[in-house]
Amino acid sequence: MKERTYEKYFRQNRLPHIWCPGCGNGIAMKAIVLAVEKQKLPRDKTIIVSGIGCSSRASGYMDFDTLHTAHGRAIPFATGIKLANPELNVIVITGDGDCTAIGGNHFIHGARRNIDLTVVLFNNTIYGMTGGQASPMTPLHKKATTAPYGSVDRPFDACKLAQAAGASYVARSTAFHVQHLTSMIAEGIACKGFSFIEALVQCPTAYGRKNKMPDPSEMMKWMRDNAVMKAAWDKLPEDKRTDKFPIGVFHEQQTVEYTKAYREVIELAQGGRK
Amino acid sequence: MNNMKLMQGNEACAAGAIAAGVRFFGGYPITPSTEIAETMAKVLPSVDGCFVQMEDEIGGMGVVLGASLAGKKVLTATSGPGFSLKQELIGYAACAEIPVVIVNVQRVGPSTGQPTSPAQGDVMQARWGTHGDHPMIALSPWTVRETFDATVMAVNYAERFRTPVILLMDEIVGHLRENIELPKSDELNIYPRRRPSKTRAQGYEPYAPEKDLVPNPADFGTGYHIHVTGLVHDYTGFPSGSPAVTEEFIDRLHKKIAIAQDEITHYDEFFMDDAEYAVLSYGGVARTAYEAVRQAREKGIKVGMIRLMTIWPFADKVIRRNAEKLKGILVPELNYGQLKYEVERAAAGKCPVKLLAKYNTEIFTPSEILKAIENLEGGRIL
Repeated sequence: MKERTYEKYFRQNRLPHIWCPGCGNGIAMKAIVLAVEKQKLPRDKTIIVSGIGCSSRASGYMDFDTLHTAHGRAIPFATGIKLANPELNVIVITGDGDCTAIGGNHFIHGARRNIDLTVVLFNNTIYGMTGGQASPMTPLHKKATTAPYGSVDRPFDACKLAQAAGASYVARSTAFHVQHLTSMIAEGIACKGFSFIEALVQCPTAYGRKNKMPDPSEMMKWMRDNAVMKAAWDKLPEDKRTDKFPIGVFHEQQTVEYTKAYREVIELAQGGRK
Repeated sequence: MNNMKLMQGNEACAAGAIAAGVRFFGGYPITPSTEIAETMAKVLPSVDGCFVQMEDEIGGMGVVLGASLAGKKVLTATSGPGFSLKQELIGYAACAEIPVVIVNVQRVGPSTGQPTSPAQGDVMQARWGTHGDHPMIALSPWTVRETFDATVMAVNYAERFRTPVILLMDEIVGHLRENIELPKSDELNIYPRRRPSKTRAQGYEPYAPEKDLVPNPADFGTGYHIHVTGLVHDYTGFPSGSPAVTEEFIDRLHKKIAIAQDEITHYDEFFMDDAEYAVLSYGGVARTAYEAVRQAREKGIKVGMIRLMTIWPFADKVIRRNAEKLKGILVPELNYGQLKYEVERAAAGKCPVKLLAKYNTEIFTPSEILKAIENLEGGRIL
């Protein structure tokens, strides 16, 4: 049996976690620590910042300096940490409601600034912690407690949003594709700029049960059957794309990173002294 | 005299922040506080600090709290509408015990109100603006020089008590220019960032209180692997649903400030030795009140003045001690009546307390306050 080298990254005395049976958040959380291990980030210099919601409880289980902020505010806090001490590696864990509803403004401006954060969005397409309300990433016509007749709100594509706002690295994967997800996050960590990784995770309890998919394994099989690798997706005709979605790296273009840009401001203010 | 400088209140605030060791400012432009942000943008990079203009007022609060946790002394500045938006994370700072100074240069409200006109309408918001039970320290300077001193003090208190501190300025002092001499850096007492007194191996708990009831959560990146949350937490820093833990936590937040209250209550008394009446004033209004009291003395009226710099926690003892020997207290405020009710509560019936309220964008004239003093003396106090 393979050694569980990743266990050292967890606060064993804080486990088991509070997530429901069948939840995909644990898979995404494990993918993050595997990526941290892969990139050999020093634990004392790696900070995990989260918002509020199911996803954001992850920070409490992870043995780093960890910060469980207010709803939607993880990116401003993370920005402050990174600017105050640019040698720190800062990873943000957020959810679809946390990141794209209440935190939407911070999200696009974090990407615009291109500050070196790795933002991992656990997308369960629902407000889980409050019991299943529609989020800005709930698919059209799917049911939620606040959309009992099906959602009429068009959902965000958070990856397109991140790219348009100026992120350096944008990728998507799922809880089914755990090795792929791990490498997407690892690449995001390696990228010195604003990196965004959407991890589609199953929520059988608050989302699945309302949408005829209460079995977590069925939800993961749905991910397996409907996720299409970016290269194949690009060749897929429009009529074959129905119900399918692309995964992989959508955008990678490193431009000037914010803390480096501010370093230049400091040099200018000090008359060119380095 | 060589060090005399013509300086604006907002500039003195920025200078005080730099002198107190603030090396990080995050914020959002808003009248009438903008000069603080502008000064910080210019000065901070020259002292290896960092200025960031955020996407909104909430982001401005979040970014300074993150920087504070990473070890920087931090300050943000705003005015009424922005102060409303910042309340969410002021509560977070109180709960997670993160040092931060929030400057509010008050203007006329509610809502967008009158952006360029002075007011003192945020006195109660400074105390109770964020939800839940929490202590608050708020300081209100009345001169440009004192704005410098109060900013240094605010930064020191934020660090010492690990709590948000409000610098409650107003448009009068913020935009006032005075010729002042700033103290030299070696004349200032600067409270350093608190550090853990134990290692992890020695059983360090980030939220275990020291003798002064203040905990020493380690700065991020120093190897302690602490957890910080806005949920009620125990000494480990992790959430707890326990009634006993919650009660002790809320108690300790209040007591850490309460046990130091005498030390952090700053006020002046003028002409109070033989006073039968007093004017209780604060902020920019106190300047007018002082002139009115001086003129009343010239007319032979036995009136004195109490000038509060520390607004919160409220100076109950000072008011109570004076109320016992006074025939009445007049409270002129640029609002519909806010601190007057605190004065009345603290006076506890020992003497009547009368409000002189003004809320039409204009500042008081000395003659308005003088007339109210004469009415007090005439025994027509309400």
